[in-house]
Parts: sequence; structure tokens; C-alpha cells
Amino acid sequence: MPSNKEDMTRRKFLREGLWGTCLAGAGTAAGLSVARNNQDNTVWQIDPYKCIACGNCATYCVLEHSAVKCIQAYAICGYCDLCTGYLVPEPKALDTGAENELCPTGAIKRTYVEDPYYEYTIDEPLCNGCGKCVKGCVAFGNGSLFLQVRHDRCLNCNECAIAAACPSQAYKRVPAGQPYLLKGVGAKE
Amino acid sequence: MTRFACIAMFTMALLVPCLGARGEMRFPPPEFESGYQFPQTTHPPTARSALYEYVDAALLVVTLLLASHLILRRRSRRAIFVLMIAALFYFGFWRDGCICPIGAIQNVTLTAFDSTYAIPLAAAAFFVIPLVFTLFCGRVFCGAACPLGAIQDAVLIHPVRVPRWLESGLRLLAYTYLGAGVLFAAMGSTFLICRYDPFIGFFRMSGNWNILILGVSLLLIGLFVGRPYCRFLCPYGVILRHLSRLSKRRVTITPTECIKCRLCEDACPFGAIREPTEDWPEGEYKIAKKRLALFLMLLPVLIAAGGWGGYSLKERLARMHPRVRTAERVFLEETGQVTGTTNASDAFRTTGQTSEFLYKDATKIRSRFAVGGGLLGAFIGFVAGGKLVALSVRRRRTEYEADPAGCFACGRCYTYCPKEHERLKENRGTLLARGKQ
Repeated sequence: MPSNKEDMTRRKFLREGLWGTCLAGAGTAAGLSVARNNQDNTVWQIDPYKCIACGNCATYCVLEHSAVKCIQAYAICGYCDLCTGYLVPEPKALDTGAENELCPTGAIKRTYVEDPYYEYTIDEPLCNGCGKCVKGCVAFGNGSLFLQVRHDRCLNCNECAIAAACPSQAYKRVPAGQPYLLKGVGAKE
Repeated sequence: MTRFACIAMFTMALLVPCLGARGEMRFPPPEFESGYQFPQTTHPPTARSALYEYVDAALLVVTLLLASHLILRRRSRRAIFVLMIAALFYFGFWRDGCICPIGAIQNVTLTAFDSTYAIPLAAAAFFVIPLVFTLFCGRVFCGAACPLGAIQDAVLIHPVRVPRWLESGLRLLAYTYLGAGVLFAAMGSTFLICRYDPFIGFFRMSGNWNILILGVSLLLIGLFVGRPYCRFLCPYGVILRHLSRLSKRRVTITPTECIKCRLCEDACPFGAIREPTEDWPEGEYKIAKKRLALFLMLLPVLIAAGGWGGYSLKERLARMHPRVRTAERVFLEETGQVTGTTNASDAFRTTGQTSEFLYKDATKIRSRFAVGGGLLGAFIGFVAGGKLVALSVRRRRTEYEADPAGCFACGRCYTYCPKEHERLKENRGTLLARGKQ
């Protein structure tokens, strides 16, 4: 390839120009994203009204023990004796016997309040986010049990593995300032 | 008695299951007589503060500054290695490998295409900062800051030489991966690059089995083929390659001038050292000129063929979008081609949207994928054609040089150069002299 002085300067000129363009491009990308940013980071959360409690949350999370856990909204709970979120369909008895419980890890505690009402509490360390209770509660009860991503556990992956596997697209990015989509907040207390 | 009332209400609820679609109470909250106050819903822990992400971005800048100093000034492989391992532990194992610049490509793409998406500042910073450093100092990010590069670099024990043509051909995978990652991120269907990140499973010490197996096999290959992910797959590496060609400063094997002793010839495990070239032999020059003309004419053909190929893949590409998958399933169910429902089709039915609306949506997404797939194909065709053209262009080199595009700035080649040893000796001499004073 013949090279003379003029050719070299032309090449240099092109190089410098391209270099400047690239730097400007990187600057523009940075500027645009800062402008678009709403100063609040986002985190993953489940929209409880879209969730169908399919069970993917328990298995698809990158954590060994899913970041998703069940939450009980007491304000909208019916305190039923025959709780369809707590008891298997056609339970042998309406008591805390393991054969009657729906929860595979026994994470729901049933305590007597007054006849005929029972309080149901989630023992969170035991909950694995499988959503079996949520399914039962939403299907036949008030829907006071619902799943939420717990942000003390969530790694906030760039691509949430559960969101990718969610059949109802219930996962969305929410502002980190309000990281939960709670049911029963603002209901009659 | 009251128990029976509850059971009666339960059977009533069975009869009218459609009532509770949006939180209507089937069982009104009881009025407690014993003075029981229901507990407040435990307020779940707040999200981790964003402070961490700013710390990460600041640490990335510090790491890159230090890396540039160690690579370009200090020229010490040992120091670079220590920094690389430190970056592996911090950005990899401690911060779980997320966020990284490779994945941030998709965040930036999504920002450009989806006006409702707010990119996290950390993602933007992680995307831009290494680019800027590459423009000034070459691929220092790959050499000392990237945890994915570090984990591969650390396991490299017996490098084998990959033939130039094979390396160049395999690199087409990286361009394809970049194109596909950008396409799917732009369509809002998935973050492909994050989903198939092979090493994130190691960083988090958990994850999908298939991905862990992919990671292990890449590391096993990496014992003999230096940095296989970086060279043949990394989409961010593709961008850095081209920026690095323009960089102001870059790795030079020799600190002063090349004496063509050929001692560094086999120093690079990544095949990034280019030997000096001689002028074309007279006969070959003419052949090369003809070949160049042929390839230049072939270039538009390849672009068109790639574009057509990508366009014809539109159905399959569109299936990566969950909305399209749901639409296809619902269509099959409604036309009676399959029996039973899936979770996704059940979920769709609970939304109360009509299937026509869903089909219309899917058609819209498919037509976008037709354009996107065509562009992706044309891009791949362009890269393949460009590689052919590059084969017939000969750059004149008078000394042994590190190819700025392929050099990962790992610093292995420095000590192969006898001139480097002279420099070190001199340095030691001046230090000693200073000590004596």
C-alpha cells in the first residue's frame, strides 16, 4: 500500500474525527440516560392483582431459597374457620394437623381468636413463595394472602429470572422508594 | 352453629367465584367481640439503598484508573493480576456480578426504545465509563476490571494457538450475540445477555443448572483456549474492540523500540501479537486487488442475504416475546387444536381482554420483529462481508505489535521483551542511586 505524507494526514484526520464522534456518542448516551432517569432506582415487584400463583416464584429465582414470600393483609382477611388458603380441599378436620395443611413447609400459623374466627400468620423464614395458599385464598376467599418480592433477599438482578418465567407478566419494575404493591392498604381497618 | 355459617358462606363463594376478581370481599371482615385488634400487615423491609450502586460506579472508575496506570506506566503483569483478582472478588463474588457493562448494553438499548423505562444510573455509568477509558487507554477494562474476563484469565494454564481464520470466524458469534441482545432488549421481550451469562452462577453460588454447566464448560475450554467468552462471545467486547482501535494510548510490547528479536512471538495466549509485514510480492498484489474488488461487490449481496434470512426468521424471533407466545397458545386453544390450558393462557383470560385484542398486539410485535430481524440479519451479513474485505487489506507493520482490537491488556507480553528488561534494570539503577543519595 503506497503511503505518502498526505495519505497519512488524511488517515489521521479520519481517526481523530471518529475518535471524537465515539466520545461524543458515549457522552450522549450518558447524558440521555441521566435525563431519562427519575432519580429513583427501580426494583422488581409482583403486581398481586395480576399474579395467578402458578408456583414459578419458588423455583425460578436465582437464589436457592426464593426472594418471594407470602404476605397476609389482615385488613381484608375473613378470619374463616374453613380457610381455603390454609386447609387442603376436603380436610379431614378443621385443625392444625399436618395432613390438613395446604402449605408444604407449614409456614402458616393458625391461632384461635374467638368463635368462629381464626387468625392466620405467615412464618416468613419458612415460606418458600410457592403460592399454594395464595391460589386457595384468591380462588375462594378474600385474597388477603399475596406474594411479594422481599427486598432484604432480592438481588435485584438486571433480568429477573422469575419475571422471565412469569406466565401472567405480573412482574414489573417499581420505584425503589415504594418497593411494595400491597393489598388491603387503605381498606377498612 | 357459626362454623356452619362459615361453611355455608364458603359454598356460596363456590357458586359465585367470579365475584372476587379484584379484591371484593367474599367474607366481610368480622366484627370481633373479644376486643381483638388485627395486626398491621408487617411492613416488609425497604429496598437496598441506591448508595451501593454509586459506590460501585466510583470503584469502577478507581479500578480503571489504577488499571490504566499499571498497564501503561508500571507495566507489571503481577500488579495487573492482583488488581484483576481483586476486581473478580468485588464486582464478581461480592456484588454477585450484577450490574456489569455487558448487561448494561441492554439497559441502554431499552432506554432508547422504551420511553417509560428509567435506566438505573449505575447501569448507565457501567456502560459508559469503560467505553471512555477504552477511547483513552485501550481495553484496560477487559484486562483488569471485568470479573467475567478475570475468572477466565485466572484458569488459563496451557494456552493453545487458535488459527487466525478460526478466531475471526468464531468472532462472528459475538457480533451475532450483540445484535440479538440489542434486538430483544429493544423489543422489550427479554434481556438475552443476562439470561445466558455463563459465569453469574459462580458469582452468586447458585442458579440455573444449564447455565452453570455452560459456565463450567467455558472454564474447561478456558484452561487451554484463553478467555473463550471474551474472544468469541462477549458482546461488549465487540464494542470495545472497535473503540480500542482508536484509542489514544495502548499496550505496546516494547517500552522503547522493537529490535525484532521475535522473543515475544508466542507471548500472547490470545493471539493478539501481529508480526511485521513485508510489502506485497508483485504477483500477489494484483491477485489481492482483484479479490478485494470481488469481496467489495460481495458485501451488498451478503447484507441482502443476511437481511432476508433475518426477515424470514421473524416468526421464531417473535416467539421470544411473552405476549406473542401467549397469543399463539390462546389461538391454538380457541381453534380447538389443543386441549387444556396453560398458566399463561389462564392468566390472559383473567385479565378480561378479548383474544382479538391479544392477536392484534401479537401481530404488531411480529411486524416489529420482521423489521428488527431483517436489520439483525443485514448486520450479520455486513460483519461477515467486512471480515472478508479485511482479509484482503494488508496493513504495513514494521515491528511486533499488540493488535489494539484483540489485546486484552493483560500484560503477559511485557517481560518477553529484552528491551523491557533493560528498562527495568535502569529503573532499578535509578532507584538505587536515589537510595544512595
